[in-house]
Amino acid sequence: MIQESGQPAPAAFEKMLWQYRGEPGMIIPLLQAAQESYGYVPPAAIERIASVTGTPEAEICGVITFYKQFRLKPLGKHVIRLCKGTACHVVGAETVGQVIEDELKVVPDETTEDGIFTYMVVACLGCCSLAPAMMIDEQTYGRLTPQTIRKLLRQYRRDAQKM
Amino acid sequence: MREIVIGMGSCGLAAGGQKVYQRFEELLGSGDHGASLKKTGCIGMCHAEVLVEVREEGTESVFYGNVTPEKADAIFESHVKNGKIAAEFVFDAAASGAQQKRIVLRNSGVIDPDNLDEYLARQGYKALEKALTSMTREEVVATVADAGLRGRGGAGFPTGTKWKFAAGYRDEHKYIICNADEGDPGAFMDRSVLESDPHSVLEGMAIAAYAIGADAGYIYVRAEYPEAIKHLKHAIAEATARGFLGDDIFGKGFKFNIRLKEGAGAFVCGEETALIASIEGKRGMPRVRPPFPVESGLWGHPTCINNVETLANVAWIILNGAAAFKALGTEGSKGTKVFALAGKIKNGGLVEVPMGMTLNDVIYKIGGGTTLGGPFKAVQMGGPSGGCIPASLGETPVDYEQITATGAIMGSGGMVVMDETTCMVDVARFFLSFTQNESCGKCTFCRIGTKRMLEILQRICEGKGKEEDIGLLRELGEQIKSSSLCGLGQSAPNPVLTTLRYFMDEYTAHIHDKKCPAKSCLALVEFAIDAGKCIGCGLCLSSCAVGAITGEKKKPHAIDAGKCVRCGKCMTVCNVNAIEKR
Repeated sequence: MIQESGQPAPAAFEKMLWQYRGEPGMIIPLLQAAQESYGYVPPAAIERIASVTGTPEAEICGVITFYKQFRLKPLGKHVIRLCKGTACHVVGAETVGQVIEDELKVVPDETTEDGIFTYMVVACLGCCSLAPAMMIDEQTYGRLTPQTIRKLLRQYRRDAQKM
Repeated sequence: MREIVIGMGSCGLAAGGQKVYQRFEELLGSGDHGASLKKTGCIGMCHAEVLVEVREEGTESVFYGNVTPEKADAIFESHVKNGKIAAEFVFDAAASGAQQKRIVLRNSGVIDPDNLDEYLARQGYKALEKALTSMTREEVVATVADAGLRGRGGAGFPTGTKWKFAAGYRDEHKYIICNADEGDPGAFMDRSVLESDPHSVLEGMAIAAYAIGADAGYIYVRAEYPEAIKHLKHAIAEATARGFLGDDIFGKGFKFNIRLKEGAGAFVCGEETALIASIEGKRGMPRVRPPFPVESGLWGHPTCINNVETLANVAWIILNGAAAFKALGTEGSKGTKVFALAGKIKNGGLVEVPMGMTLNDVIYKIGGGTTLGGPFKAVQMGGPSGGCIPASLGETPVDYEQITATGAIMGSGGMVVMDETTCMVDVARFFLSFTQNESCGKCTFCRIGTKRMLEILQRICEGKGKEEDIGLLRELGEQIKSSSLCGLGQSAPNPVLTTLRYFMDEYTAHIHDKKCPAKSCLALVEFAIDAGKCIGCGLCLSSCAVGAITGEKKKPHAIDAGKCVRCGKCMTVCNVNAIEKR
């Protein structure tokens, strides 16, 4: 569930903050817990981590922006991770990306207007023999063609709208 | 008693392994069929996933490839229930298997990674026991050094030497770090080992810890590998509960505990000092060496960092002795190397070959040649730090020095095969856009130089290349290599420099003739409609944003080359593949 900042911190993140005993190197695990709980890293979580660990907020922001994993904005309902690794690239990941962008009218790292999809491009999903591949949430889809992608995306959208 | 074994590594899962597993579960649940069901990790033949193996004592195992829940029904009915092999679905695993030598992958696809007993049944933790009970620390270091094991992460630094250095420093704390931040696109060896045989890595770490006198270990693993993390957590808990990790291992007073650190997505963290900064919770930027991590690493203590594959070799070497390991390979490169075969290859997947095998043998004998059956044009080794080796050098053996001599590097083991439809300028551009994106920004040449190189390559791919661009690329490449602090910058120009060396004709075709020989760079090709295939459905016509396509319903359409902006949109909407690139 996505919660707006200002609301009380979700339990898992709060528990981890309580367990913090000043051991070094905990900024990244705390941020990962925050993102796990909120779906992104809201300003309130940054403030909490700063006050509990005694690390300046600026330093925490530096860590957040350095790593690709951390997001400062909430995600859509479904997250598309398109693989643009070498193996996918040589078998046409560029075309696949073009089809997704046309179909959803977004560019990488954007969320569709209806909030259903967030589209991201990743370096390698590691299932090179299924290239070109992408993940929607935790499900991997391989050997994609423009036709199968359109079908998939429309299916996801219809299902999301029904709910 | 028959045993049904299903490959459930990432590739297997992506291909639908879970569904096949569930189907067999349902089928077995319907009565007593004298068979059991088991999960295993990566079997290595990713192209044929989902792979199902039916084992029976006293007979040869049978592999079924590309299994779906429907095929599962047929296999169950004929083989499991009635003992008759379902010949139409059988996958011949022996052909590629015979050429391989499995040390690192000795248990992959054989054992259930979540079951410690299965690892123990295959001599698991025997090497650790041997080291702790009958060898001194010096003997362990000497054995690994004598075996000639070199770092499998890419650079090939002798592991024994690294351990010797780390052992030589005195401190109250020392650390072993397993580098599992496998970031090269097109490489998935480490992920497979972690998913399929996590204990072999833990055992290797424990032996390394004993050898250098470390009391704690970290595994730094990519957060993008959720399956590997799951198996590792389970394995660490199981090994700790059974006393293979902990405060008093084998009653010898040896203390060693392992913690898991999830990376947060930064390619540069594969570099030792950046990785250490990341574990410390900072921005993962490399620092100047010396001091090297073996002297002053994690929180200022001596730290030895080894790659997953390197560590997975250790237990085997201790058990079988240095001589057995040395017997494999070439003068300077001993043992085996795991490669992730991908790209335009028929049998993509994970292979482990003895060092010294030629690239041609890996690609043709094990990989089965290219997808389309033609010759390969080049093979990319070493990912963004490596280079493209042309087919003319296909007889090059897998050997650190000889691969380096071609301008590529051994790297961590990604091997992407390319054929004549792959544009080498585009490949260079692809890798550079990756490294440019991943540059941490500390060194000026890496930060800005790669950006300029990328702009030049982009311009060439768009048909706007200039005569002086080649010289400029070379000059920038050399400067970036010599003025960057870490391996990322020092190797970033390699893909460009090797393609310039071997595929100059493609660069000139782009710059002079404004042609892309592989017909891959969209700006340099012409789109046309094959009138024989076109059914006149009008899909392309309505998708064209500039009105370049004309034609009547149900009659072949045509593209006006003068109006066409070469966006390629029509090609993606055509359902009958009537649009071609010329």
